[in-house]
Amino acid sequence: MNFLTLWFHKMGSPPTFYRVAGHLLPWLYVVTLALGAWGMYDGLFQAPADYQQGDSYRIMFVHVPCAWMSLFAYGFMALNGFIALVWRIKLSEVLAMASAPVGAAFTFITLVTGSLWGKPMWGTWWTWDARLTSELVLLFLYLGVLGLYNAIEDKRQAARAAAFLALIGVVNVPIVHFSVQWWNTLHQGSTVRLFGPSHIDASMLTPLLLMAAATHLYFFASLLARSRVALIELESGKDWVRQLVQSSASNAGEIFEERGNV
Amino acid sequence: MSDVLAMGGYGNYVWISCALFLFVLLLDAIAPLLRRRQLLTRLRGQFRRQQGRRNTP
Repeated sequence: MNFLTLWFHKMGSPPTFYRVAGHLLPWLYVVTLALGAWGMYDGLFQAPADYQQGDSYRIMFVHVPCAWMSLFAYGFMALNGFIALVWRIKLSEVLAMASAPVGAAFTFITLVTGSLWGKPMWGTWWTWDARLTSELVLLFLYLGVLGLYNAIEDKRQAARAAAFLALIGVVNVPIVHFSVQWWNTLHQGSTVRLFGPSHIDASMLTPLLLMAAATHLYFFASLLARSRVALIELESGKDWVRQLVQSSASNAGEIFEERGNV
Repeated sequence: MSDVLAMGGYGNYVWISCALFLFVLLLDAIAPLLRRRQLLTRLRGQFRRQQGRRNTP
């Protein structure tokens, strides 16, 4: 086996993943907080006001990174769902299901901050425009995946059923992304491009990219934290969980122990 | 200072957006911590009961 396959096999094993994720998590949180604080400060206080939208455009620094993450998290969930369905890898099931709640959170923030931006700029909280509607559908897809997963008792079966639903819903991702080009929408087009020049000044792009980096890191932090809990639950019959629970009893759970014995 | 907070008259929209962003992500960060604690407490009890059953003849 070559190095890469070996690495995948190792990381795919729940106790190894649990341990490595536990080491990574504090660092992820620290870097997320640092980049987020820097990005927020830069965006809210340092970047100049927009010549058309005044200071209201500063909502962009939370709205746009969250919107990117709502699609990224869905893509990540669908990819892991695909791997889970094809190769039946337990960790992929866990990762797919762990990305659903944080993806739903980002989608919710996108919709509400978009509404808060729409009121002063468009004069309405909501309109059934292609971008807004497809993003709302995205939220319902997340909620559907979460609902299906929680409705089925056997968690491995539940994850596969929900992964299947996630895969069907993936058609909505390009619809959200291209909606501003395919239809004549009230929502503005993209100003930041991966390929080609962005239509945004560097003083505004810097905080936006900082926030994008922070939200990406936050996504992985939340993903790892949820996956670790899900792994304990899924593997509760295994030795490594038994050891983990016993060692946690000796340091953290003393108060509970006392109460339990009375 | 109050000029900065006013955000050119859009203060409410901007600050509520930021507060919502932080609040929702904070809830998202706390959720797995609470779940982990509940789960560990439950498993601890479960393992102890199993242990007890094994020890009584």
